[in-house]
Amino acid sequence: MGDSGGLMLSPMSGPGTTRPPEPEDQSENWLMSALADRGISRRRFLGFASAMTALLALPQAMTPQVVKALESKKKPIVVWLEFQDCAGNTESFLRASHPDVADIVLDALSLEYHETIMAGAGAAAEAVLERVRTGTDPYVVIVEGSIPTAENGVYCTIGGKTAISILQEMAANAALVIAVGACAWDGGFPRLGPTGAVGVGEIVGNKPLINLGGCPHNAANTVATLVHYLTFGSAPALDSYNRPLFAYGHLIHDQCERRANFDAGRFVEAWGDEGLRNGWCLYKMGCKGPQATYNCPIVRWNDGTNWPIGAGHGCIACASPNFWARMTPFYDRLPGVKMFGVDVDAQTIGLGAVGFVAAATAVHAGGVIARRARSKPKKATVAPDGTVVASTSEPAAPSDGAGQN
Amino acid sequence: MANNIVIDPVTRIEGHLRIEAQVDGGKVTTAFSSGTMFRGMELILQGRDPREAWIWAQRICGVCTTVHAHASVYAVEDALGVEIPPNARLIRNLIAGAQHIQDHVIHFYHLHALDWVDVTGALAADPVKTAALAQSISTWGKSSATYFAGVQARVKKLVDSGQLSLFASGYWGHPAYKLPPEADLMAVAHYLEALEWQRDVIRIHAVLGGKNPHPQTYLVGGMASPVDGNSPNVINWERIGFMAERIKTMREFVTQVYVPDVKAVASFYPEWWELGAGHKNYLSYGGLQGGNRTDQASFGFNRGIIVGGDLSKVVDLDQKKITEAIAHSYYEYAGGDQAALHPWDGETKPKYSGPTPPFDALATDGKYSWLKSPRYDGMPMEVGPLARMLVAYGSGNQAVKGLVDGALTELKLPATALFSTLGRVAARALETVYMLDLMDGWLDELAKNMESGDLRIHDGAKWDPSTWPDTAEGWGFHEAPRGALGHWIKIKDKKIENYQAVVPSTWNAGPRDEKGVTGPYEASLEGTPVAEPERPLELLRTIHSFDPCLACAVHVVDATGKERVRVEVR
Repeated sequence: MGDSGGLMLSPMSGPGTTRPPEPEDQSENWLMSALADRGISRRRFLGFASAMTALLALPQAMTPQVVKALESKKKPIVVWLEFQDCAGNTESFLRASHPDVADIVLDALSLEYHETIMAGAGAAAEAVLERVRTGTDPYVVIVEGSIPTAENGVYCTIGGKTAISILQEMAANAALVIAVGACAWDGGFPRLGPTGAVGVGEIVGNKPLINLGGCPHNAANTVATLVHYLTFGSAPALDSYNRPLFAYGHLIHDQCERRANFDAGRFVEAWGDEGLRNGWCLYKMGCKGPQATYNCPIVRWNDGTNWPIGAGHGCIACASPNFWARMTPFYDRLPGVKMFGVDVDAQTIGLGAVGFVAAATAVHAGGVIARRARSKPKKATVAPDGTVVASTSEPAAPSDGAGQN
Repeated sequence: MANNIVIDPVTRIEGHLRIEAQVDGGKVTTAFSSGTMFRGMELILQGRDPREAWIWAQRICGVCTTVHAHASVYAVEDALGVEIPPNARLIRNLIAGAQHIQDHVIHFYHLHALDWVDVTGALAADPVKTAALAQSISTWGKSSATYFAGVQARVKKLVDSGQLSLFASGYWGHPAYKLPPEADLMAVAHYLEALEWQRDVIRIHAVLGGKNPHPQTYLVGGMASPVDGNSPNVINWERIGFMAERIKTMREFVTQVYVPDVKAVASFYPEWWELGAGHKNYLSYGGLQGGNRTDQASFGFNRGIIVGGDLSKVVDLDQKKITEAIAHSYYEYAGGDQAALHPWDGETKPKYSGPTPPFDALATDGKYSWLKSPRYDGMPMEVGPLARMLVAYGSGNQAVKGLVDGALTELKLPATALFSTLGRVAARALETVYMLDLMDGWLDELAKNMESGDLRIHDGAKWDPSTWPDTAEGWGFHEAPRGALGHWIKIKDKKIENYQAVVPSTWNAGPRDEKGVTGPYEASLEGTPVAEPERPLELLRTIHSFDPCLACAVHVVDATGKERVRVEVR
C-alpha cells in the first residue's frame, strides 16, 4: 500500500470538466486527513478497513505452513475486473461458505479493486487500479465476463477505456491471471453475438493463466485454487484448457448420485412423474452429465446444500467448452450414450431393463470422454514469477457429437 | 462557476454505468446516464426451443439471478395458454421471495451503506456507547460492548497488514457524512454480519433450484423440483423445516437489524427525504400470484401506474402502451430516431456513434447510451420498491398501508416524503418485511398441499411442441427486486420468432427520449447539492438508492444485421 510508483491514469476530463485531482495515493490522502482529524493512526485504520474485505473465502483447513507463509508476507494483491459480465461469478464468490469467510481471508488477501463491492467510484477507483499496476508488489488479476473485440472494443468501456485495453494493461504486469466463469474462459454466450466477444486467453496470450469455467463458477474451486497458489506459489495441476484437474477432471456422470439408477435403467420419463420423485436418472430429460466434466456432484453448491441434478433438473454442462453452442438444445437427449455393452444405448433402455445390467461390464462412452479430457494434464504449470507458463487452448470443436441436432 | 462531473465506473452496482453531470452554484443542473456495455447474441434465442429460453434469459443477470427465468417461463406459458399447478407457483414464489429479501439486505449493507457510513468514524467509536445505541433501537442479541469491542479488537490484529483493500478509495471524511462514530461502528459490524447471513438464507435457492446463483429447476409448465414429504431425494418434510428455519432467520435479521438500521441512518439525514425525487411517475406490473397467472386479485404486488405523485389515483396498466425510444441510444430504427416502438414491434440494430475510446466525455447532444428509453404512454416511469409500495398504498393494499403509515408516523413524515432518495431506501426495507409474511404463507401452503397428497409440480399437456399452435405470442411479467420486469415472446413453427425483455434498470437508467425528456436517474439528480465536485458522494447516494443493475442492453441480430431477437438487460 502506497509503495507503488503511482503513475496515474491520463485524466478523462475535458475542458471545463472537474475530476478529482489524481496525485499518488490521493484517495488515501483524503482518508489520512480524515483519520488525522479524528486522531487515528494510519496503521490502525488500514487493518480495520481490511476487516470488511471478508468477501474472499479461504478454507479453514489451511495448514500451519500456510498460515506461517501468510503471516510472513505482505498480503497478495488481487484485482477483480468485470467486462461483458452478469456479475453471477461475483455473486457466486460471495456465497463461498465451505471455509469460514473471515478469519483467514482477512489475513490472506487484499482485494484492491472490484467494481461491484469496492468503496470508491470513478476516478478514485481508477487510481487504485493504476497504483496496483505500476506498483512493485505482485498481483493477481481475476477476470469475469467476456471481452468484446469488434469495432475496436466500443461494446464495453470503463472510464472511457475499452475492456481490451484495460485487460492488456493489467495483465501485462500481473503475476497470474484467473478467468472465472464461462464468459471469461471462452467468451460464453456473448461469443455467439455480434460484439466479437472472446475469452481472456485470447487477449492475454502467453500469460500464466488459470481458467475456472462454469456458469457461474463454483466458488469452492476458485478458493481452493487461490489457496494452492498462495501456499505453494503455483497453480494446481491443470488440463489442456488450463483448468485444475481436481475440479474439471472427472465426468459428472461418473460422480452422480443418480448413477445407480442409470445403470439400473431407471429413468425419469416425464416431468413430475414418480421417477422424478424417486430421484431416478434424468438422462432422458436431456441431462448432459454423461458428457460434462465438473466436480459439481461432489462439492455441490451453497455450502453443500444441493446441486442441479439433485434438485431434479438435468445438467446443462455449464463448465464444458463452448457449452452454449455444443450442449443445446438443452432438452434433447445426448446421442450415443451407451449403457453397459457398446451396442445398446441408453435411449433404448426402459424401466424393464434392470436385468440387463447384471450381465454387462463394458465401459460406456462417457468413460472415453473422461480419459480424453485428462489426456494432457499439466502439473503446476504456473508460478508467481511466471517462469513456467501454461499455453492457452481454444475451446475444442465438438468431437463427440455432443448436443447438436 | 459551472463544473462537469464524471463518475465512471459507478461502483457498488451491477454492470457498467457512467454518470455525467453539470454542477452550478453547488447543485446539479443537468445529468446524463449512460450504460457503457453491450452484449449481442447472434442466433441466441431466435430459432431456439422456447422451453429453454429461461436458461439463456437467466444469464441476463447474475445479481438478480432467477428473475429472468421467472419472467421467461411465464411468457412462454402465456403464449401457450399453460396454467401451472399450485405447487409450482408456490416454489417459484418462494425462490423469488428469497431472492428479493436477500438482495435488498445486500443492497443496503454492501452496496449502499458506504454512502452514509464513514468507516473512519467507526474507528473513533466508543464500544460502550455503541452498545447503548444498538440496544436502544433493537433487541438484536449481538449488541454488547464486548461484542463491538471485539469487532475492533479483531480488526486491530489486521492493522499490521498495512493494506486497505476495497476501502482504499472511499470518500472518507467527506463533509456530507453525518453519522456519529457509534452509528458508524454499529453499521460496520452489521455489514460483516450481513455477509454471513446472506450466504446462509439463500440456501433456500439450493433446496428448490439446485444452486444459487442461477437456480436450475424451472420448466415451461411448472417446476422440476419434486415435492413428496416421504421421499428422501426431494422437497420433503426435512427440507420444509430447513426452509422454515431460513425464513425465520431472515425475519430476525430483517426486523431486528436491517429495518432498525435504516431508521437510524435515515434519522441523521433528514434533508434526503426532500432530495432525489425525479418525475414522480411510478409503474408496477404486479405479480407473485396467489392464484392463476392472470388473476390480478391474487397478486402479492399490486399492478398500476401513479402519475405526477398523485397517490389518490392508481391508473390501470395496459402493457400495450409501453414503447421504447432510441433518440439518444446507440441503435437505429427503420422509422428513424424519432420513432417509439412497442417491444413486440421493436427493431434493434446496434450502431455505436459515441466518441472513440479512450474518451473524456460523451457526446450528450447525440446518442450516449447502450440503453434504450422505455416509456409508458409516452411518460418516463420509475420502477422498483418505491413504485411497488406506492402503487400498493394507492390501491388500498391493507398490509402495505399499515407498514407505510406506521413508518411515516414513527418518522413524523408526510406520505409525500416518500418521493425522495430516502423514500426508496425506506420502501425497500418496508417491502422486505411485507415479503416475509408472503414467504411464510407460501411455505405453509406448500406443506399443506404435500400433506393433502397434492404432489403435482408440472402440467405436461403442452410440453410436446406438437401440441402448440402455429403461432403464439406471450408476455411474462415479474416484480424483480429492482422493479418491473417484462419479457415478450413470439413463437412460430415451434421456435422462438422474437424475444424481448425490458428490464427495471432500463426503465430507471435509460437516457433522454426523442422529445428530450430525461430518464428517472437523470431527473432525480437535478438539484442534488454537491459539496465537493471532485468527490461527488451526494450523486452516488441518489443513484444507489435505485439499486442499479445495469449490465447490459443486449440486442440480437443475425449475421447480415437483420434483427433476430432482442434482449434488453438491466
